[in-house]
Amino acid sequence: MAILDKHKVLEKNVSLLLVFSFLVVTIGGLVQIAPLFYLENTIEDVEGVRPYSPLELAGREIYLREGCYVCHSQMIRPMRDEVERYGHYSLAAESMYDRPFQWGSKRTGPDLARVGGRYSDEWHVDHMSDPQSVVPESVMPKYAFLSNRMLDGKYSGDFLKTHKILGVPYSDEMVENAQNDFIVQANPDGDYDAMLERYPGAQVRNFDGEPGVSEMDAMIAYLQMLGTLVDFSTFTPDASR
Amino acid sequence: MSKAPKKTDANQEPPTTGHSWDGIQEFDNPMPRWWLWTFYACIVWGILYTIAYPAWPMISKATPGLLGYSTRAEVAKDIASFEEANADLKEALVNTDMLAVIEDEELNRFAVANGSSVFKTWCAQCHGSGAAGAKGYPNLLDDAWLWGGDTESIYLTVKHGIRNEQDDDARYSEMPQFDDILEKEEISQVVEHVLAISGQEHDAALASAGAMVFEDNCSACHMSDGTGDREQGAPNLTDAVWLYGGDRDTLTETVKYSRFGVMPPWSGRLSESDIRAVTLYVHQLGGGE
Repeated sequence: MAILDKHKVLEKNVSLLLVFSFLVVTIGGLVQIAPLFYLENTIEDVEGVRPYSPLELAGREIYLREGCYVCHSQMIRPMRDEVERYGHYSLAAESMYDRPFQWGSKRTGPDLARVGGRYSDEWHVDHMSDPQSVVPESVMPKYAFLSNRMLDGKYSGDFLKTHKILGVPYSDEMVENAQNDFIVQANPDGDYDAMLERYPGAQVRNFDGEPGVSEMDAMIAYLQMLGTLVDFSTFTPDASR
Repeated sequence: MSKAPKKTDANQEPPTTGHSWDGIQEFDNPMPRWWLWTFYACIVWGILYTIAYPAWPMISKATPGLLGYSTRAEVAKDIASFEEANADLKEALVNTDMLAVIEDEELNRFAVANGSSVFKTWCAQCHGSGAAGAKGYPNLLDDAWLWGGDTESIYLTVKHGIRNEQDDDARYSEMPQFDDILEKEEISQVVEHVLAISGQEHDAALASAGAMVFEDNCSACHMSDGTGDREQGAPNLTDAVWLYGGDRDTLTETVKYSRFGVMPPWSGRLSESDIRAVTLYVHQLGGGE
């Protein structure tokens, strides 16, 4: 009973209780969370993953703004049925530059982790404008207004800076050229070589087929690159992890 | 508030904790035995579990666990077991000419069933769950084919797709935007001509003038009689089947701004046997040649 009597001291002293509670939680945190930052099991070196280009990042921001994550997850779980339906299971590294991540555990619509390249741009325009025109069974709301909202990428630089503060390795050069890169990615006639060098594998197209850069362009640019950065024909993830 | 524990001997009641709140006291009963043992068993089970499965973080890796469990290995095993169960059929499907597969009742049944699932997973979003298509996405149930409806043509279309950037072997053709090329008057003439050859109501005078415009500008791909050319994915303009619409307004839009339907390549996402299966599924839907 001696130890219980000592425990009484803690129970009767609020400040002391607070300090010791914090201590216990800290130990728990150290054991559970800290190893994730250094264990080889959790840090997988994956080829091809790069930070989002300014246009893709803007699309991602619209994705967040419209709450797409409420119905769509971006995480293919390592299970046969998911792999058969959506493609290779997601790797942690594929969302390493996501602020915040879009994993999710609730799907009203399908998972979008590998939606890139699965449909044509035109399909995305049709589908976003009126989902039921291509998928009659769909309960997705219409997002036709995205086509009418034009973007100039004025804040792309600031935006990249914010993400840089959050740990995404955007270089000064990327921040400086952000607005230009933003515009040029949606213009196949533009001078996009430097942009492609900064963001390898970025797709340059007039995504919505209309002049100017609209939110629709940004959104489709983002969707069309999802899950496409890792080439699974040349990269084999560690078999056991 | 707190007093030393004391026995209440009269009714042989259990001891109290000695706490008293406004005269209300608390019995100090021992834990029920079954509960206590379950509690200890859970602790032991927990420890054994962390030994059996990956758990404790060490210096560079977590302990792998005695059972050698890994989620990734599990899913690979799961997929492999299904692959193995169908291995014979899949191998036969890959190694048999598709026309011969159609003759082989058992193999064909497997191919069509397999192809049906592939279609519902990967193709239905554009072509519809019943393959009837939508505006801009071809109906696969009818006899009208843009790039050919025999097994070999369907196979190539599925494998490489149409007008996409990912596959160098994708089928490709591009209709010019005649808005920049033809006069407004010529456009309305050629539209009337197309209405005429597709057997719709039209302005005869404009249409006959349009025949000339059609011959000069459109016949290279759509042929002089407008029946199209599958080599170039140029649709037949004389039938009642329209991908984007055959009315005057839609035709004008098509002539002016052209169309550029894209289909992704499926060679990277689907296995060879899946591509063949979905080809045979589409082929048997009604329009296969």
